[in-house]
Amino acid sequence: MMRGGWTLPVLCVLGFVFLYAPILSLVIFSFNASQLVTVWGGFSTRWYGELMRDTQILGAAWISLQVAFFSATIAVALGTLAAFVLMRFGRFRTRALLTGMVTAPLVMPEVITGLSLLLLFVSMEQLIGWPAGRGMTTVTIAHVTFCMAFVAVVVQSRLAGMDNSLEEAAMDLGARPVRVFFDITLPVIAPALVAGWLLAFTLSLDDLVIASFVTGPGASTLPMVIFSKVRLGVSPVVNALATLIILAVAIGVAIATWHIHRRMKEARKD
Amino acid sequence: MATLIERVPPMRWTAGLLRRLGLHGRGLVIAVPFLWLLVFFLVPFLVVGKISVSEALIARPPYAPLLEWDGWRLNIIVNIENFRYLWTDSLYINAYFFSIQVAFVSAVIALLIGYPMAYFIARSPEPRRTFLLMMVILPFWTSFLLRVYAWQGFLRSNGVINNTLISMGIIDTPIQMLQTNFAVYLGIVYTYLPFMILPLYANLVKLEESLLEASADLGGRPMATFFYVTLPLSLPGIIGGFMLVFIPAIGEFVIPELLGGPDTLMIGRVLWNEFFSNRDWPVASAVAIAMLVAVVVPIMILRSLQARLTEEK
Repeated sequence: MMRGGWTLPVLCVLGFVFLYAPILSLVIFSFNASQLVTVWGGFSTRWYGELMRDTQILGAAWISLQVAFFSATIAVALGTLAAFVLMRFGRFRTRALLTGMVTAPLVMPEVITGLSLLLLFVSMEQLIGWPAGRGMTTVTIAHVTFCMAFVAVVVQSRLAGMDNSLEEAAMDLGARPVRVFFDITLPVIAPALVAGWLLAFTLSLDDLVIASFVTGPGASTLPMVIFSKVRLGVSPVVNALATLIILAVAIGVAIATWHIHRRMKEARKD
Repeated sequence: MATLIERVPPMRWTAGLLRRLGLHGRGLVIAVPFLWLLVFFLVPFLVVGKISVSEALIARPPYAPLLEWDGWRLNIIVNIENFRYLWTDSLYINAYFFSIQVAFVSAVIALLIGYPMAYFIARSPEPRRTFLLMMVILPFWTSFLLRVYAWQGFLRSNGVINNTLISMGIIDTPIQMLQTNFAVYLGIVYTYLPFMILPLYANLVKLEESLLEASADLGGRPMATFFYVTLPLSLPGIIGGFMLVFIPAIGEFVIPELLGGPDTLMIGRVLWNEFFSNRDWPVASAVAIAMLVAVVVPIMILRSLQARLTEEK
């Protein structure tokens, strides 16, 4: 039963217009022949050609993809361990501190995380000579640190919803804890690991502030290059890039939704 | 696996050393995430604290050391001048309160826009519900920076909105919208709206239809039902969504930088400028410490209160 007549659907539609109008205009003006991003000068795919020749953007995109891949993978490993320890290990001495350190990055302003990690890297270089200079390694370390908190939250909620009796049964049958983890726990929480990996990958790919602090010469990430272009004024090449990113995300989200839908149908049949 | 560790001497020695340190099995599993966060999350704040009380120098790195050996004398120089400076220069205090104001007002506006949307989605029949939910999530996965950039194209004086209004004859000269505080509020509401809708949806979708029907049967008008039944029951969703918008908005840098004017000083942007434009690492560190005390600590306390509240229920 819908209540409230027409008001609610209208408000909802207006909300979606608000969410999608700017995105739509980005896409439309990426096909604009004119240099001016907001005045229509006829249809053209010129900016896509220029994007493909823009070595600065392509190079930064490659760096960002590598950083995002490694950050997400390490963050999933560490975040899963943190979540598992907090959910299954009961009491231990450093528990309160670990809980605090896992949740704090979620509310930490990016400028603080970025500045503090940069100052750490500089001090470490002075003290022990590592990391020598800053670049992809330091960006990856920084991204792992803030992404693993998000992974830990996702995995923790999955572990909370998981039936403990499976793990207990395996233990009773004499399986060692490591074996129980890899044979029972991991397969059950696998969807959360995939979700956590995708979330970490996106967060890393999207990060401007932290990367700006901790990176060094020659390792500008894609958001940093976009930011410097956007700051100088509108650039149709950025519109073309945005359109490709939106397309990729839309395809990804559509596949994920279809997958979830199919699984739900199968679950109902069973 | 055990045989491999026992067979290769370096692995055996490492295992032995770890065991002696009390790190075996359980301890080792705890140690891995713990040490990572200790080194890359907690220790950095000590470094920031240290640099916030050192003097700025034109050097690499641009700050004076805290400890100095002067022959046989150890000098510890703690310079709290930076903090006095933050306290006396009104720019920092103003930026702090302005950031909180912007974050609060934006979260309220996002709630007003997001609540009807979340309610409508939660009450929709199944195929449409998943589709609408996907439509909310999709912008969240696309680049944050590009969505802010999209608003630049909308708001500039020769942008989409001004061009449309002029061609319709409503206005003659473009309205200044970019580089205003209005644009900052708009940008924050826009980028964080999905964070408001998702927790509200998660809460409203669990709302029992029978409660609404009971209220209607007892003669409650739709408005009364909403204010006495739906709204109180959805309070956890409202608080959750509000926090998800309010918390990141306080430290926001990109939105005030790209949409705001030069005088739209939010605390995150002030820190950024101290570091990148003025190259004053000690003052930037002092701003970070002040933010930590005045923003992050209260938020952590609020969050633990919120968690306790929901647990009690």
